[in-house]
Amino acid sequence: MVQKSAEELAKKQREISIAEFFEKNRHLLGFDNPRKALLTAVKEGVDNALDACEEARILPEINVELIQLEETRFRVVMEDNGPGIVKKQIPNIFAKLLYGSKFHKLAQSRGQQGIGISAAALYSQLTTGKPVTIKSKIGKGKPAHVFKLKINTQTNSPDIIEESEVEWEEKENGTRIEIDLEATYIKGRQSVDEYLKETAIVNPHATIIYTNPEAQQIIFPRAAEELPPEAKEIKPHPYGVELGRLIKMLELTQAKTLKQFLMDEFTRVGEGTAKEICQNSALLLTTIPEEMTREMSEQLLKGIQNTKIIAPPTDCISPITAELLERGLKKEINAEFYCSTTRPPAVYRGNPFIIEAALAYGGEQEAESVVRIMRFANRVPLLYQQGACAITSAIQTTAWKTYGLNQSSSSLPTGPCTIVVHMSSVWVPFTSESKEALAHYQEIVKEIKLALQECGRKLAMYVNKKKRIGDEEKKRSYIEKYIPHVADALKGIITLNDIQKKEIEDKLCDILEHSRGEIEDISAENEEFDEEFAKIGSEEEEETVEEPKKKGKKKKNDEEGAEEGYDGDEDY
Amino acid sequence: MAKTKGEEKQSKVGEGIKTIAKVIYQKIVALKQPQLEMPIRALQNVEYDEKEGYFKLLDKKKTRTLTASTIKTFAQTLRMMELSKQLVETEDIATKREAYYVSKNWGEARFREQPESDTVMDDIEAMMGVNREQIGFIPEEKGGAVAGELMVMDKDSDTNKDLEIDCTKFGSGAYSIPSSVEHLKFKTKAKFVLAIETSGMFERLNKHNYWKKANCILISMGGVPTRACRRFIRKLADEQKLPVYVFTDGDFYGYFNIYRTLKVGSGNAAHINEFFCVPQAQFMGITPQDIIDYKLPTHPLKEVDIKRAKDALKNDPFVKRFKEWQKAADQQIKMKARAEQQALAKWGLNFVIDKYLPDKLNDKKTWLP
Repeated sequence: MVQKSAEELAKKQREISIAEFFEKNRHLLGFDNPRKALLTAVKEGVDNALDACEEARILPEINVELIQLEETRFRVVMEDNGPGIVKKQIPNIFAKLLYGSKFHKLAQSRGQQGIGISAAALYSQLTTGKPVTIKSKIGKGKPAHVFKLKINTQTNSPDIIEESEVEWEEKENGTRIEIDLEATYIKGRQSVDEYLKETAIVNPHATIIYTNPEAQQIIFPRAAEELPPEAKEIKPHPYGVELGRLIKMLELTQAKTLKQFLMDEFTRVGEGTAKEICQNSALLLTTIPEEMTREMSEQLLKGIQNTKIIAPPTDCISPITAELLERGLKKEINAEFYCSTTRPPAVYRGNPFIIEAALAYGGEQEAESVVRIMRFANRVPLLYQQGACAITSAIQTTAWKTYGLNQSSSSLPTGPCTIVVHMSSVWVPFTSESKEALAHYQEIVKEIKLALQECGRKLAMYVNKKKRIGDEEKKRSYIEKYIPHVADALKGIITLNDIQKKEIEDKLCDILEHSRGEIEDISAENEEFDEEFAKIGSEEEEETVEEPKKKGKKKKNDEEGAEEGYDGDEDY
Repeated sequence: MAKTKGEEKQSKVGEGIKTIAKVIYQKIVALKQPQLEMPIRALQNVEYDEKEGYFKLLDKKKTRTLTASTIKTFAQTLRMMELSKQLVETEDIATKREAYYVSKNWGEARFREQPESDTVMDDIEAMMGVNREQIGFIPEEKGGAVAGELMVMDKDSDTNKDLEIDCTKFGSGAYSIPSSVEHLKFKTKAKFVLAIETSGMFERLNKHNYWKKANCILISMGGVPTRACRRFIRKLADEQKLPVYVFTDGDFYGYFNIYRTLKVGSGNAAHINEFFCVPQAQFMGITPQDIIDYKLPTHPLKEVDIKRAKDALKNDPFVKRFKEWQKAADQQIKMKARAEQQALAKWGLNFVIDKYLPDKLNDKKTWLP
């Protein structure tokens, strides 16, 4: 074998641009197959549109249109009434990966890293060779700017193919995107249809107008006229910061002293806490941040961990609210019983978050199959990777048997039930950039379980009540069933005539029913239920092979049944 | 029991059923909830009667009031009483299984499984304070097998002539105890009755004509003895003034289910113990001490076995009465082992005949009361 020199090898070593990397690893962004690609492209566009509208305090109205160009080629058109984008920024936002406004701040939003929409553009370019078209207008009387953009994958920078100014009379402000891509359109639980419907459920303040490839238009009208409270930005909490980030922050800060740095860059650090941190880190208050060595930074991090710091503020998070969540669910599922809960804010790694959960039980839902799970994070539906999600494992490890559902050990419960879980946070921890599953932070799983238990207890009350009423009804039917037998037997033993027999039957009826009160009526009419709405996404249910199914270990209960008490009473 | 006396009893049963039904009828007409009352059939409702030597029923009663939740059993009980009255009046009988099938005509009130109908039957039996045969029901199983120096006088059912059955003349087979034994009479010169738990051991002793050697009557109980078997042994022992020796496996099932039930009766059938117990029975083996003395091969005790023993020590009036049994039970719990009758075969197939039984018969100190 011929040995190669380092110089030779060095010829092959070169920088990989982010765009090139994702070109090869598009599954990391949710573009792993043509079905998912379509969904991901729509999702990124809609997420951005909703974020932009909310930030600009505009009630969102979003138009989504899917046009089938060829067998496996689609055009996705998305238009919003958001604030629009200034001309200079358009190329960077849509044709440069990792360019965005949300990564460096901590505030509740759908987007995080500034990858999504440019990744869709990149995918479009890879599969069709075509540029994306962007039209945006930022105000009345202003012209709209139209760009046709491609991404230079070598340099991760935008190539402007065409640029023009047009009048856009129907819109005062807003943005329109057109992306052509290789895709397949499907129906079912992982479809664009389902995604938009679930989006409508958790974003009652948005109107979504959707035209599917069959040219059918579905309108999800807004159900609430008020925007959710403005997402407040917070600074990072000291507990949530990792060493690398800390070093970066120390480099970039304007602060002249360590004390100043801690107070400026972090939430919940006042003078006292800053002093305490410095003391616990054995660092001087006056240390100059940019001169700090790696070792000193590590010392600082340990000092932070050893200092008691109050939890971050939680008013920066806006939950959907239990009431709206339940109302959305009623629209989707015709059940007998609904309940929902919003947990108080909690903190994981210095990031505040809120868990909400809702249940719909009974009614038209399948009684024998596994419960349906609807997962949401910051008002975005999560349709893929259910098996890898912290929500799923929290559901699996909750003891549903006590709440009236069937469950074999640590698997998903079965029963006529839909479980909804929503996490809102300034930073939602996903397991991958395609944002499909929540990471398993202990604090998060715990909060989800608490929310589920709260709902579960309410469910149990309902299920037990229903059972009691069922028993009562059964007993009443017993009375009718067996009275004739009592009368018949008496007739046989002491020879009664038919009149006497009838008398016995009537009197028995009186005696037995006298003591029983009225049966309570618990059947509830669900007036919110919308059949057409519910149908979306439920057609042609396709199986999801990608979920690795956990096989519940079968625990055999050998003791059971074996322990008959001794009473020595065998007798023949 | 003489036949006339039997008939008298039977018409009494018919009247009894009528009386109960009348009371119920009157209650209903008066718009009051009718009730059925019967003694509780369980160990907690018996006591060991020192003088008579069996479990006597105490007076704890359970009352079944007719409500929405009890109406099914209530209807079934009345239906069963109706059937019983018919049987008694027509001098017919039904097996427990047949009674269960008759219930299939009762529409919604039919029994789903035979244990349900058996329980209702036992309830009526206890309510009336009689035994099952008197209310017209008989069990399916045969009573057990008999071999040895015994003449049983029976009657030919066609001619009503006396029949003499010689229990020495069945060769390798045996005389089978009928389900009803009241009319039987006996002649014997044997010295004792040997009641054996397993038919395997019975076969061995019978094959080698052990009954001749020891001048005894061998009876195979085949597990917990049936009522007929218990009654047969009782009659035989009473009328011929014979002692009864019991030979079971060396485990708690043998001691407390088989032996205890044979000797003093059970809680479940406490209302009939008076007739079905065999107070003169004595436990010959296999005792826990035998397991040690004869170095018998053992099986480990299961949790359930130990639980059974502890329950017996705590709740069984018979065990509570006899210190010897308490000691034996403690000994075996500590030993954590049990041994079967057949374990004696370790010392040779006929060790039981040549050594074990002769030894035991010679030394009553090794027995248990």
